[in-house]
Amino acid sequence: MNTAFLTVYWRDMIRFRRFRPMLFSTLIQPILWMAFFGIGMSSNFDKFSQFAMLPPGIRSVDYLTFMAAGVIAMTTLFTSLFGGISLLFDKRWGIMKEMLASPMPRTHILWGISLSGVTKALIQATLIMIFGLLIGVEFFSGFTLARIIIAVLGIALFVTIFSLGFLFLSAGITMRLESMEGVQGIMTLLTMPLFFSSNALYPIESFPSWLRVISVVNPLTYLVKGIRYFAIGNDFFAMGTHYSYSLQEILTSLIVLIIFSAITYVFAWVTFRKAVVT
Amino acid sequence: MKDAIIEVYGLFHSYGDFEAVKGITFNVYRGEIFSFLGPNGAGKSTTINVLTTLLPLQKGRVLVNGYDLRREKRKVRESIGIVFQDEVLDGDLTVWETLEFHGRIYGMPKKERRERIEEMLKLAELEKKVNERVKYLSGGMRRRLEISRGLMTRPDVLFLDEPTLGLDPQTRYRIWEYIRKVNKEGTTIFLTTHYMEEADLLSDRISIIDHGRIIISGTSEELKNSIGSDLIYLETKNSEKGKEVASSFKEVKNVKDSSRGLEISLQADGRRFLPKLIIALEKSGVDIESISLKKPTLDDVFLHYTGRELRDGGPEDRIKAIAMKRRRR
Repeated sequence: MNTAFLTVYWRDMIRFRRFRPMLFSTLIQPILWMAFFGIGMSSNFDKFSQFAMLPPGIRSVDYLTFMAAGVIAMTTLFTSLFGGISLLFDKRWGIMKEMLASPMPRTHILWGISLSGVTKALIQATLIMIFGLLIGVEFFSGFTLARIIIAVLGIALFVTIFSLGFLFLSAGITMRLESMEGVQGIMTLLTMPLFFSSNALYPIESFPSWLRVISVVNPLTYLVKGIRYFAIGNDFFAMGTHYSYSLQEILTSLIVLIIFSAITYVFAWVTFRKAVVT
Repeated sequence: MKDAIIEVYGLFHSYGDFEAVKGITFNVYRGEIFSFLGPNGAGKSTTINVLTTLLPLQKGRVLVNGYDLRREKRKVRESIGIVFQDEVLDGDLTVWETLEFHGRIYGMPKKERRERIEEMLKLAELEKKVNERVKYLSGGMRRRLEISRGLMTRPDVLFLDEPTLGLDPQTRYRIWEYIRKVNKEGTTIFLTTHYMEEADLLSDRISIIDHGRIIISGTSEELKNSIGSDLIYLETKNSEKGKEVASSFKEVKNVKDSSRGLEISLQADGRRFLPKLIIALEKSGVDIESISLKKPTLDDVFLHYTGRELRDGGPEDRIKAIAMKRRRR
């Protein structure tokens, strides 16, 4: 088996470790979200939700726990969407030509870069979970050890598939563009609607119908669902809304994410096959 | 008969409406140093980019090391090493990591790879810099690193696209020595350059290329002899009369107008002929503004066949090239 993609991965991880400011900001940013936005919002929201009618026998979840899943999802989205940008650096100041002129199949460039993006996303998700538990996020509460392991693996699976989807998209877009400004512009344009039309920070049940349509086609919604299912449970109450997930619903979410990633992979694959850099 | 390692038939390449390479045919022989000499924008890099599979083959037929460029891209890629015109290095990797990365993406087994890295470090005289980040090396060291990287996989042909662009003269001489050494060890070298001295000193054979066409090919001697053993440039207001006078001598092979005045090519010893010519011109009333005698250089060859100077941009061009490289870092 040709393992050249591991070489591309190896090199990208060297850069990740060596580029201290980037490493630092990547790791610290999600924690800052939790610490400031999370605690700030929950100290307000939890006051209101006291007045909500709590159906009997259902576990009530505070806002910090509710949004922690959203922060994992958001961080994965940002990291993945901007993960392809290293390709632009390679194209303009780096070794893209060396890679394109080598006998290594071009898909290996894509896989190498994507795996390194997934690694970063998983490291971040782990950190958020650990930090979250420290500041009072009620993830895995009342779970047995076996169930915690399954939950962590489940979250990792969702994060990986979702992350790959956006890394492929990002790599494809980046390979087609020439300027840093262009890439950043497009990525920023994408993040805002994706993030705020999802269920990451608030329930989407009371959205107006047009916004609900967007949230239904938004992959982020499915990632958040998966994370909440594994981290909190299949039946809980948060922000005045009753959440209950069936296994089928979660499987469907996973399949939606797989389809999304497959589509973006084809897009990236076509782009890489045709790529010309001179 | 010499064995051709690169065979190019009717190669054509255009960018939209602009025809960069207009149907060129040439061979490169195994073991030689072959140069493309021409000004910026002549089509040199386009040709190299097509031959190294970075650009698609639009029209024509190309065999590299016996492999068809259209159908056996992978085989071609395995047969060649490339040093690109602009710097293609990751400044944040160390020297060792740069070579290790290259060996791995070319699928070299670990043992062979490690051995070759040692050899390459020695060849490039970078043993002491092995754990240094590439961005802290000097320009000459980086170029040597790129050349040895190109050689690491023992390619049959090494492509060098403007290998000394923007380097200072001393570094340039070291790179030339290095290229010769590599060639002596058996690697065929295909070089592009717009520096006349570079083509002249290094190459076994040269093709002069301009506006996407090969103007003339041969050894440096053959090219120079093709325009005469000696050259006289004559500046005068009365060039018609001057032409007439010069043409009447049997020592004169050819007279034509050029941007440096009348170009008189000789088939005799110019030092003996020059006094005769001056006297004859005086007698016929041709007013001589300046006259010079010289051995032809590749510059003169280029001027003779294209009517233009090879050093078109001159120093300004060079500054631009250096500025460009700086910005990339």
